[in-house]
Amino acid sequence: MANTQSMCTTFMGELLTSTHNFGVAPVRATSAADTFKGALYLTTATVDANTSVYSATNEVTGSGYTAGGVAVTNGTVPAQTNTSAIAGVAYWTPSASITYTSVTLATAFDCVLIYNSTQSNKAVSVHTFGSQTVTSGTFTLTMPANTTTTALLRLTTS
Amino acid sequence: MIVTTTKGDMDDSLLEKREGSLDNEIESTTWVEYWLEGELVHRSAHVTLKTGPSLFAEAAEF
Repeated sequence: MANTQSMCTTFMGELLTSTHNFGVAPVRATSAADTFKGALYLTTATVDANTSVYSATNEVTGSGYTAGGVAVTNGTVPAQTNTSAIAGVAYWTPSASITYTSVTLATAFDCVLIYNSTQSNKAVSVHTFGSQTVTSGTFTLTMPANTTTTALLRLTTS
Repeated sequence: MIVTTTKGDMDDSLLEKREGSLDNEIESTTWVEYWLEGELVHRSAHVTLKTGPSLFAEAAEF
C-alpha cells in the first residue's frame, strides 16, 4: 500500500453539486438542481475567463431571441470516475441540444455563455464556435458526448 | 417542403438552396440557406461541439 498525493475525484464531482463550501454563502434553499441558461454573444463581445456573471452587453439581439437566452436541459447529473490513484475526472454535459428556434440574428455571433440563472446569473463557461448568423431560422447547438474526455464541463486531476 | 422565410412560409421549390459545412477540432457545423431572387430569406445553422474546456485540479505538495 502507498499513499498518493491527489485531489479526490469525489471532491471534484461534489464541486459540481455544491457539497463543499470553503467560504460564506450562498445559502441553498433547496437540494434541487439550479437552472442554467445559454446566451449568445456577438463576435465583437469579450466573453472569456474573466466573465463572472451574465450581461446583456454585446449579447445577440433579433426577432425571436429573448435577452438571457434559453434554458439548458439538465437531465443528467454530474458524473465522476477514477482512472488511477492520482487521476480522475468529474464531468457534466447538458442532456439536450441548446436550440434557438424561429430567430433572426443578423449580426454575427460566435459564442455561448452558460450561466446559472438560479444563482444570480453567475457565469459557468464560455464556448466558442465559427461565426454564424441566422435568418428566419433555427440555431442549434448540439452538445458533445458526455464522456471523461469530451464532456462540456470537465474537472480533472492527474 | 415548406420553409419559413422573411417573406413568410414558402415552398422550397420556389427558392435556391445553398448548404455548407465546417469541421475542425472544436466543432462540426452545417448550415442551410434559401435565397429568393438574390435575397437571403432563410438561414439556419447547426453547431455540434466536440468538447468543452477542462479545469485542472491539483493538490499541493508539502
